[in-house]
Amino acid sequence: MDILKIENVSKAFANHIALDDVSLSIPKGSIYGLLGPNGAGKTTLLRIINRITAPDKGTVLFDGRPITPDDVYSIGYMPEERGLYKKMKVGEQALFFARLKGLSRREATDRLKAWFERLEISDWWNKEVGELSKGMAQKMQFIVTVLHEPKLLIFDEPFSGFDPINANLLKSEILRLRDKGATIIFSTHNMSSVEEICDHITLINKSRNILSGAVDEIRYKHGSNIFEVDYRGNEETMQNAIGNLCEIMESKSSPVGINKIKIHIESDDKVRDVIAAANNSVELRSFREVIPSMNDIFIRAVNNNL
Amino acid sequence: MKSKIGIIIGREFNERVRKKSFILTTLLTPLLIVGLMVAPMLIMSYSEGEEKRIVVIDDSGIIAPYLQSNDEVRFEPMSITVEDARKVFKEHFAVLHIGKDVVNNPAEVRMYTNESASIMLEENIATIIEKAIESERLKAHNIENLPQILASIKADVALQSFKNESSSGTEEIKSSSSAVATVIAYVLSFMLYMFLIIYGAMVMQSVIEEKNNRVLEVLVSSVRPFEMMLGKILGVALVAVLQIVIWIALIACVGFFVIPLLIPEDISSMLEMMRQGAAIEAGADIGLLQAIMTLTDVQYLGTIFASLLLFVVGGFLLYAALFAAVGSAVDNVQDAQQLQLPITMPIILSLLIMITVINDPTSKVAFWCSMIPFTSPIVMMARIPYEIPMWEIITSLVLLYATFIGAVWLASKIYRVGILIHGKKPTFKELYRWIRYKY
Repeated sequence: MDILKIENVSKAFANHIALDDVSLSIPKGSIYGLLGPNGAGKTTLLRIINRITAPDKGTVLFDGRPITPDDVYSIGYMPEERGLYKKMKVGEQALFFARLKGLSRREATDRLKAWFERLEISDWWNKEVGELSKGMAQKMQFIVTVLHEPKLLIFDEPFSGFDPINANLLKSEILRLRDKGATIIFSTHNMSSVEEICDHITLINKSRNILSGAVDEIRYKHGSNIFEVDYRGNEETMQNAIGNLCEIMESKSSPVGINKIKIHIESDDKVRDVIAAANNSVELRSFREVIPSMNDIFIRAVNNNL
Repeated sequence: MKSKIGIIIGREFNERVRKKSFILTTLLTPLLIVGLMVAPMLIMSYSEGEEKRIVVIDDSGIIAPYLQSNDEVRFEPMSITVEDARKVFKEHFAVLHIGKDVVNNPAEVRMYTNESASIMLEENIATIIEKAIESERLKAHNIENLPQILASIKADVALQSFKNESSSGTEEIKSSSSAVATVIAYVLSFMLYMFLIIYGAMVMQSVIEEKNNRVLEVLVSSVRPFEMMLGKILGVALVAVLQIVIWIALIACVGFFVIPLLIPEDISSMLEMMRQGAAIEAGADIGLLQAIMTLTDVQYLGTIFASLLLFVVGGFLLYAALFAAVGSAVDNVQDAQQLQLPITMPIILSLLIMITVINDPTSKVAFWCSMIPFTSPIVMMARIPYEIPMWEIITSLVLLYATFIGAVWLASKIYRVGILIHGKKPTFKELYRWIRYKY
């Protein structure tokens, strides 16, 4: 079941096309990465999902039916740039945003107190936001975003400005929300965080969806039959043994005695032959396929698309 | 989606009213205005300038006795030549030389000053000499009992003006003071000008601030841009209303408790007579009586305060909507300058028109400018103290509020596009295109 389905959405502004026939579907309970270089159209897509702007063409389905204005109560959006009133007190401001999301004053207060205790920031309640550091303000923005317990959470570059400890805290909070049933969309170009927590991605470049799917699937699909072999033994013996079965890309010897060789095997059925040949001549330590990182795939996809 | 406008208004209002600056300006502004009115009087009464000594050389021998010394000027008649006097009396303020045949030839008066002379002083001396010459000429006619005749023909007219109030069946007449009306007109229209400019700019700045710190981006996902804008404008309008209500309350307190204590017994009994339409005994200062009458007329003041509130709110709403649109279109206050020019122009223009309106509150210019919504708040406020017909006020208000609705509609179209666009400052052409955007 998809919580959000975007079908053939296009949006043009006066001077450029922001989205060109973009379709994607976001499975319920997933952590979905929305990737793309700057200016690709990510923000416009997020704004369309948030109903800040309307698409020129196409439909957005939320929970299987066309999205309605009331659905914003089921969505939490944390924009990349922190949007808080500097001169307002932390507690009051959090209440203000919570009430705008449809919570009653009393309910909002109770939930806020609980969250503030969880993140150990209760003593901030009466501070002005301007006194907070960037990371602190972000924590507050995070609470404001998730307070009304939305079904769909959208984070635009959530980890920028966080130190590693707080970034980890945030990550675990996000995972906890997912476990409680929320679906999460990340918009980011921080690829390592995508690999770590996203299970699905969509890569948008030049207003189009150029790559979509489950992260593992995409990575294996983009694997190009390159393997890395660690072994103990003579470098030349090894090269002679497998040289006619595959293409040797790189060979390195190491003073510790464990040598490395990087090879490209043309077809899958030859893998076993290579292993057998190698096994006969040297002492194998490891044999693994080199799966491209999301970073590589991102760069490759964007460049091919140019 | 349930309307969130109440929450927005609440925030705007609370944030502003709780600021120290609001409490200070609300309480200090009346003090400042009173201070500005009282200070010149105090300065005048306490700082009497240094006595000016003027050497008088009266060749005619007639004028000198008329030149009476007072606190400001001391005339010192001497019988030396002008040249000598000018050389010797360098420390004196001036040497005044009156020619031999001054009665027949009034041009023969010269003053040589050692410092620059003031126009006031020159006019005073000229008037004294004119009077002297006139009475000398009268004397030349050899009329019998001249002093008695002069005393008996002296008259002092105190014009008491009344206004026809034909609205109520009985032909009622009411005394009104145009001096008081003029002062009130000035104060009120200036107040309106200040409110439009200061509170309008406040709305604009707060939109720019919200846009810059990206609060708008968070807000816009849960509130319609239209509600956001209207909520802000109404919230600030409430602040303005609160401020004016506090001021009116202060004025009312002063009016009811302090002024009666200051009015002497005899004047208050005369006021009572005037209220009953009785004739005023000769010699009373009718101007003062009328001023006090006007200032203690509850109905008159009530009309003025009610219109003040309605026009401040209406004018503010109209201009604030436009200021909000400009604020949404730019990234910083500097960029706003050019775009807000078409908004501030009518405000400044109405202030200029206001000055002519006070001279003639029923002229065609006054009438039309108090109907056109962009100039009407300030110009109408300058006319209302002169007690214009009620239908004019109502028509003007209806037009003002109708235009406000149009302005809000227009502004919200610019606003919802502007708040999401960062970077380049838009041109008027682009703003026009935004208005036509389909969202």
